[in-house]
Amino acid sequence: MAHHTLTGTYTEEQDELRKVVRSFLSKHSTEADVRDLMATTRGYDPAQWRRMGAELGLQGLAVPEEYGGAGYGYVELGIVFEETGRALLCAPYLATVALAAEALLRSGDEAARKDLLPGIAAGETVATLAFTEDGGSWDERGVAAHARRTATGWAVTGAKNYVPDGHTADLLLVAARTDAGLSLFAVEAGAPGLVRTPLETLDQTRKQARLDLDAVPARLIGAEGAAWPVIERSLAAAAVLLAAEQLGGASRAMELAVEYAKIRVQYGRAIGSFQGIKHLCADMLVEVESARSAVCDALWALEADAPDLPVAAALALAYCSDTYTRVAGDCVQVHGGIGFTWEHPAHLYLKRAKSSEVLLGTAASHRERLAVRLGL
Amino acid sequence: MELDFGPEAEGFRAEVRDWLDGHLVGEFAEHRGVGGPTDAEAWEVRLAWDRELAAGGWLGISWPKEYGGRGLGLLEEIVFNYEYARAAAPYRATCSALDLLGPMLVAMGSEAQKRRFLPRILDVSELWGQGFSEPGAGSDLASVRTRAERDGEDWVINGQKVWTTMGHVADWLYVLVRTDPDSQRHKGLSMLLVPTDQPGVEVRTIRNLAGQDEFAEVFLTDARTRADLVVGEVGQGWRTAMGTLGIERGATLLPQQLTFEREAEALLAAARAKAEAGQLDPELRARVVQAWTSVRIMRTTNLRTIGELLAGRDPGPQSHIAKLYASTGHVRLGHLASELAGPAGQITGSGYALDTRQRTFLLSLAETIYGGASQVQRNIIGEQVLGLPREPRP
Ligand SMILES: Cc1cc2nc3c(=O)[nH]c(=O)nc-3n(C[C@H](O)[C@H](O)[C@H](O)COP(=O)(O)OP(=O)(O)OC[C@H]3O[C@@H](n4cnc5c(N)ncnc54)[C@H](O)[C@@H]3O)c2cc1C
Repeated sequence: MAHHTLTGTYTEEQDELRKVVRSFLSKHSTEADVRDLMATTRGYDPAQWRRMGAELGLQGLAVPEEYGGAGYGYVELGIVFEETGRALLCAPYLATVALAAEALLRSGDEAARKDLLPGIAAGETVATLAFTEDGGSWDERGVAAHARRTATGWAVTGAKNYVPDGHTADLLLVAARTDAGLSLFAVEAGAPGLVRTPLETLDQTRKQARLDLDAVPARLIGAEGAAWPVIERSLAAAAVLLAAEQLGGASRAMELAVEYAKIRVQYGRAIGSFQGIKHLCADMLVEVESARSAVCDALWALEADAPDLPVAAALALAYCSDTYTRVAGDCVQVHGGIGFTWEHPAHLYLKRAKSSEVLLGTAASHRERLAVRLGL
Repeated sequence: MELDFGPEAEGFRAEVRDWLDGHLVGEFAEHRGVGGPTDAEAWEVRLAWDRELAAGGWLGISWPKEYGGRGLGLLEEIVFNYEYARAAAPYRATCSALDLLGPMLVAMGSEAQKRRFLPRILDVSELWGQGFSEPGAGSDLASVRTRAERDGEDWVINGQKVWTTMGHVADWLYVLVRTDPDSQRHKGLSMLLVPTDQPGVEVRTIRNLAGQDEFAEVFLTDARTRADLVVGEVGQGWRTAMGTLGIERGATLLPQQLTFEREAEALLAAARAKAEAGQLDPELRARVVQAWTSVRIMRTTNLRTIGELLAGRDPGPQSHIAKLYASTGHVRLGHLASELAGPAGQITGSGYALDTRQRTFLLSLAETIYGGASQVQRNIIGEQVLGLPREPRP
């Protein structure tokens, strides 16, 4: 049984954080910025990435102070993810903060935390987690890559696919098998034997890559054979943060639709005065606010490290995936023909929604996890 | 999940728990989990339970002391409702007067009205019915036609009301009437308090779809009430009524919440049993997950609203979507529970005696109608929350 104090409301400090982040992104992640960056292979602007770290401390927000972070909680981090989702920020933020930093924090490897987290927190290191392979599965059984001991450490061989920002990351955390079981390894960007191929993706605002590893030198993170529980737990955290990002995107797509419904006139009336459109918009709000509840619930569980975190996380990601996809699709619909054009931003949200839906395992697979947890 | 309401609430919370432990026994305990806002099930027992609560001083926790209340705050009200629902105590029979009329009188009633009526709501010696709807005025409440004219020290009332929950047992009605015969729509309406025990009031019970005597139609033929029994100002009844409906749309969700959670747990248990027997097909399994999800989301939505209220802030947009989301989800849950039960779930006790699941399934269908039907809720959300243009109106 989880205990929590009633904190259904944000503190002034949290409201202030939201304002600061929103204002930063309104200057540095405009629609024009997003369109420029999504057309590049790298997919982000290194100068802006450093500013996010140095000026705002966003990469290290929830990293404990002893590792160079600001030591805030997950509710704060959730606010930042929501804002990056609204702005469709093109940056390796999810990969670095939600995937890599979480895996390091939960790895139980104090030396690795001390070595690797400060660079992430400072906005100097781009990092990611390379788990999925050609099957795209986030299940333990989906990993075929393997590692063997060498004279100086470890060497990893195998292929990773759909790795978020895998082609630009300075630090790759790679899941591979040893005789003892699933293990986690740190691989550096320039390591010999590593070939990184950027992928062309439907959602151009978040980049992915394929990695081919041929006896790539690597450092073992945490205990050999003990990586699955670590990854599973950090994936739950990442799922919650991705859900927060989806919530932000969905609420922005809803706003676009509502703004348009107020000004577009047909049959002599604003289209928002017709129930067909009005009720669609009302249902968008129902979905967005319900998604917000799912995210709040999961952030509380994450903050408290509650035993039912996996339940809350799976619920939040599955629910927010559905909400984002539906709301982004309805946003296109409300806009009519203009919503179907490359020039209008509606498709950017729609594509981000569809890719987020499968990024950390499909919504269906999270619902399946939920079903299993509920004893069904 | 357990909620921590903070140290200030602990003593009060323990007091509530102890009292419920000691009094929710015997016949009352047998009726745990029974009832809903419009459920006539076990009416007599629940009325007795309301009197037990009254004797314990648990009705009107936040109402002023001089009118029989406890004079405590919102926090205590919430803690009580929460513990009450946790103990699965029977749904309060007199909820209409407690949740709707009472707060309206506290806010807008005259001093004399408060002294006369509030204590009798709180000791359950007078029962009330809400007379808003009419055959021609449901969603479009502004088109009420029941009229009242002054005759000396009295109002004389003529017209018809309908769907009055528990109207057949009510001693009094609070009715929305047209006091200005030439007025249109929401202008010229007034809220009157009318005794039912008089020749001009004829109440006919209407049976609901579950076979219960739950609501009534009320015929008013030269019915009388005293001139000073107008709540708020004459001609301003629309405002008074909207205040009541605002309360209705928000306040009743919290006590319902744990009822939903219990139903969701029962649903899970039934689904698990089927799964173990290898009889849970994938579509039903997915719908069980979806139903359970929606109940958990309702809970967080309520907690967010409570959190905002306790922090002294205006509840956010989630408070406006809660009724629509909860009522829609509850209907889905009801259908699903019925399907999971299979053919055995279709068999009633003799004389159409329904079990809890059957009752819940049928009665949940009212929730998307009363207190603002779903379509009207969407209009309100669209116009008042999202600021979309209004529908053209006559
Ligand atoms: C169990 C129960 C208890 C009740 N208790 C009370 C009570 O104690 N006192 C009391 O005064 N009333 C009570 N009511 C009445 C309730 O408030 C009305 O039923 C409700 O307001 C709907 O009105 P109606 O039944 O006339 O339906 P209508 O208003 O005729 O609606 C019929 C359908 O049309 C839709 N509709 C109506 N207007 C619009 C629109 N503008 N746009 C789109 N769709 C629209 C509605 O959503 C609904 O689906 C109760 C009702 C129920 C079911």
